[in-house]
Amino acid sequence: MIFSSLLETAWHALTTHRMRSFLTMLGMVIGVAAVILMMAIGEGAQVMVRDSIKSMGSNLFIIMSGASTSGGARVPSGSAPTLTFDDADAISELKDVLAAAPVSSGSAQLIYNGINWSTSVFGTTPDYVVVRDWPMESGGFFNEADVRSGARVAVIGQVVVRELFGDEDPIGKIIRIKQAPFEIIGVLAAKGQSLDGRDQDDIVMVPISSAQQKIHSNAIRNRARFIMAQAVSEKSMEIAESTITDLLRSRHRIGVGQDDDFSVRNLTAIAETAAATTRIMSILLGTIAAISLVVGGIGIMNIMLVSVTERTREIGIRMAIGARRRDVLWQFLIEALTLSLIGCGIGLLLGVGGAFLVGGLAGLPVAVTPTSVLLAVGVSFLIGVFFGFYPARRAAGLDPIEALRSQ
Amino acid sequence: MATPLIEVVDLEKDYPTGAGVFQALRGVSLVIAEGEFVAIMGASGSGKSTFMNLLGCLDRPSRGSYHLNGQDVSRLSSDQLAALRNREIGFVFQGFNLLPKLTALDNVALPLMYAGMAREARRQQAQAMLERVGLGERSHHTPLQLSGGQQQRVAIARALATRPRIIFADEPTGNLDTETSRQVMDFFSQLNREEGITLVLVTHEADIAAYARRRIRFQDGRVVEDQTREAVAA
Repeated sequence: MIFSSLLETAWHALTTHRMRSFLTMLGMVIGVAAVILMMAIGEGAQVMVRDSIKSMGSNLFIIMSGASTSGGARVPSGSAPTLTFDDADAISELKDVLAAAPVSSGSAQLIYNGINWSTSVFGTTPDYVVVRDWPMESGGFFNEADVRSGARVAVIGQVVVRELFGDEDPIGKIIRIKQAPFEIIGVLAAKGQSLDGRDQDDIVMVPISSAQQKIHSNAIRNRARFIMAQAVSEKSMEIAESTITDLLRSRHRIGVGQDDDFSVRNLTAIAETAAATTRIMSILLGTIAAISLVVGGIGIMNIMLVSVTERTREIGIRMAIGARRRDVLWQFLIEALTLSLIGCGIGLLLGVGGAFLVGGLAGLPVAVTPTSVLLAVGVSFLIGVFFGFYPARRAAGLDPIEALRSQ
Repeated sequence: MATPLIEVVDLEKDYPTGAGVFQALRGVSLVIAEGEFVAIMGASGSGKSTFMNLLGCLDRPSRGSYHLNGQDVSRLSSDQLAALRNREIGFVFQGFNLLPKLTALDNVALPLMYAGMAREARRQQAQAMLERVGLGERSHHTPLQLSGGQQQRVAIARALATRPRIIFADEPTGNLDTETSRQVMDFFSQLNREEGITLVLVTHEADIAAYARRRIRFQDGRVVEDQTREAVAA
């Protein structure tokens, strides 16, 4: 029997029972749509995390002031500024550390030309953008001399540019930060969202000395809230972490058995954890969706079994007039395959449409990858074969005389 | 002597039942030559249907041999049996056994599909067969839109589609009224007379059996009467 005849026969059988075919397909439609949608969301989340990690910089440590205990009372990190600017300099001298930058941070109101905007203000050193691998979009970053002299210069992020200047070129303009005038000398390139969801472009950076004089007025002189440090390579992360700890313990005169008054966090490790978490989440989503696909396949098998029972007489007639067992097998297998593949096609359209809808409405990044499409089509095909085979074999195994006698 | 079309020797068929084995056929030996018109008669349970299923290659004997056109059928695989049914044998049933969702044309074309014929060719041949049974105008009707007599004619067209040498008809007039029965039987006689198609007819009605030249009567799984006489035809 020729293949086109098989397709024709299957198509005829399916169109004869439209409602039933549609309901049978529905399981596959929902399953495939779920797989595509879930994988798109999972992939989107992974892309987002990857971008955040990339924007963070590589091989990073953040050293927070005042960890664990302070005179018996447990206080959160950063609350007691135990780290000094000299600590940062000493860290950057270490063999395994490329650069280190002290940061004093706080939020402040900016005013330009009657427009105001509240944002976070970082007082830091030129090493900060080196460590963070943060390029400039225009202008330049302040230098060591600016830090030493406490120059009133500022570098601003993209959000601040948009909010205060719109289309205007901010370079050379004077803004007021907590009333103190600062000249804008540079604009930072866009970084996007950080891992914890903050917008990294909503920022102003000024020399740390100027920040402590004019903006973070309650900060203790020469003390940093945290220090950002970059190890020379991924391999030296572990050594760097222990040498930084040892250095700070000796600088802070912490005796054996006493707790650190700082904490060193490996940001890269945190980022890797975040990436692993999203990966697990997307695998989880995909698995749940795949289960619904399998349920859809079982639905096809159920209906095919009912159909074989219902059409026993038809099978008998076909056998009597010359259908071989394999012709009957193929007839039912192709029917199941057609159902699952058409269901898959509709599911694909719905899934891709749904992914873009979710992306658009919820503002989530979604990514329909060729892999997920191939996977959905491949799995549907396998499901069609797998769940179609048993009913088809039952049909093919019928005894022609028994089949002819059935009503 | 030429090879007979059908030759059975000591044919036996058992069916397992709850109360042991039921012997439906208990040793049947006979020969049917090409071009014969045979009526197989007998009460229900006499073994005539079992015999026809065996001759029609729908079933295999428990013991004994069956040669169709010199070929030992019991040695054939189920695929080879299917091919044999497709090419050499046409079936006409009491209940017509048409596929209700297919048009008359598609029903007639079905055996040609299993013979591996391409779509257009088989539709043409099916149309020709329908015209031969006088239903050329009805080819796009489904069985439910046709009368009983018309349905049986579609079934005959289907049986003829692959130009087989034998037609087995199992109570072909059982569901038809007298006048329609007469038309169907006349058509069978004509096929046998003009085209030399071998006809094996199972019936329990004497007036239908009267169309055949040879009558074989079954009782309790054995042949109890086998006589040839002049047909009443036309």
